[in-house]
Amino acid sequence: MSILEVQDVDVFYEDFQALFSVSFKVEEGQTFAVIGANGAGKSTLLKTVAGMLRPKSGTVLYQGEPVDHISAHKRVSMGISLVPEGRRVFPSLTVRENLQIGAYGGRKGDWNVESVLELFPLLKPLIKRQAASLSGGEQQALAIGRSLMANPRLVLLDEVSLGLAPVVIKRIYEAMEALPAKGTTILVVEQDVQHVLTVADRVACFLAGRISLEGPPSDMTPEAITAAYFGM
Amino acid sequence: MNWVNVFIQGLLLGGLYALFALGLSLVFGVMRLVNLAHGDLGIMAAFVALACVQWLHLPVLYSGVLAVVIMFVVGYALQRGLLNFTLGTDDTRPILVTFGLSIILQNALLIGFSADTQGLQATALTTSSIHITNSLAIGYYPLGVFVFSVLFIAGMQLFLARTKIGRAFRAVSDDREAAELMGINNRHIFAVAMAVALAIVALAGVLMGIRTTFDPTSGSLNLIFAFEAVIMGGMGSLWGTMAGGVLLGLAQTLGAQAFGSGWGLLCGHVVFLAVLALRPQGFFAKTVTA
Repeated sequence: MSILEVQDVDVFYEDFQALFSVSFKVEEGQTFAVIGANGAGKSTLLKTVAGMLRPKSGTVLYQGEPVDHISAHKRVSMGISLVPEGRRVFPSLTVRENLQIGAYGGRKGDWNVESVLELFPLLKPLIKRQAASLSGGEQQALAIGRSLMANPRLVLLDEVSLGLAPVVIKRIYEAMEALPAKGTTILVVEQDVQHVLTVADRVACFLAGRISLEGPPSDMTPEAITAAYFGM
Repeated sequence: MNWVNVFIQGLLLGGLYALFALGLSLVFGVMRLVNLAHGDLGIMAAFVALACVQWLHLPVLYSGVLAVVIMFVVGYALQRGLLNFTLGTDDTRPILVTFGLSIILQNALLIGFSADTQGLQATALTTSSIHITNSLAIGYYPLGVFVFSVLFIAGMQLFLARTKIGRAFRAVSDDREAAELMGINNRHIFAVAMAVALAIVALAGVLMGIRTTFDPTSGSLNLIFAFEAVIMGGMGSLWGTMAGGVLLGLAQTLGAQAFGSGWGLLCGHVVFLAVLALRPQGFFAKTVTA
């Protein structure tokens, strides 16, 4: 059984259709990357899996069960956790409080404030600081750490590298490599293809709301990826 | 010495205003909802306590506690059953709905209790005072209300800072969508915030009902006082609300002393407008942007 199965999903923003019968499967422990240009529907897909958007038709199965009727906050306690685009840390809360809020859903597991700080040691000296005063990279680390606090089985990462310095992106991706070892499945969305191909077990390229290419990255030539990415 | 007396009365009155304003501030902070029925809900609580005294023959103390509990439940139900549906993209909807609620409440109270001025009698409490000099005496009751308000705000601050649900309040206030993604049920948090807010305003309403008189239309004026206290203190700061309430109380009593009793309210409003003009963000505004 796949941990996540998206079946024929159509998603609309009012009249505008953002996803056209999208289907794919993510297996437990995999790192599944979704790449594509701006506006290809990648974030829409993650929001649909997280429960912030409802598909007009089609269904999302999590651990074999349809979750379309389940609201976003309940999916967190089922083990689905989204790191939203733009980080969205709680600016007036301290780093520690942000992490504590991450554990609000109350799932049991290995992740707690100490283990998150071990994964992201850069947060250690900042623990009492307000999140608003952190740099972009620190906020991104905090946002990922915060969602790990929910002890998710499936982590959804939306554009974690956006607006960050290459050295910071490298550190965040290094930290992410520790997750599959703990049995955590990752569904990551990126515009920047370079980093994500090094960590992904499987890649789906989105083009104008449809999957234009899917498979393990080792099977893909750079030309095929370019063609699928830009629709040439 | 008379001025000292008036100053102290104003200071103590301010504690009650702060208590009235606290729930308004909390609800605005957590869900950006401007509750125009806030004052009327406080007065409604005073009438609920009055009904308990008159119809059930309960002592004032128990009636007050009962009114607070009832308003807590009313707050949760009101938010989940009605006000949650008004929240969203359009900021005017909750204002219109709570404005309508305010009119309904005032008229329902008029039908149920007539337009007569009422009071909650707790004579033993309200007549004794600490005698300091011949012209200076501090009533136990106003002093008690003030001390209680200070302790209450300190407790509220601790609640927001230390408890899981207090943290959730602040997270939802910062970014409600991100909070939902952390597993927080916003609709429940909003309802708890409204329940707490109405319990506090109920407390304020009952304490006010013991201190002075009230009638079904008293809510409007109390709403204005509460707004003035919150805005002068600065949005999002509980101690700011306390300071705003105290300043308003001082302005009213000192103004009444200086220019005659009819001028007190006007002086309060003038001081409010002056603060709004000179420091529109309030004394202790807390705004954090990402």
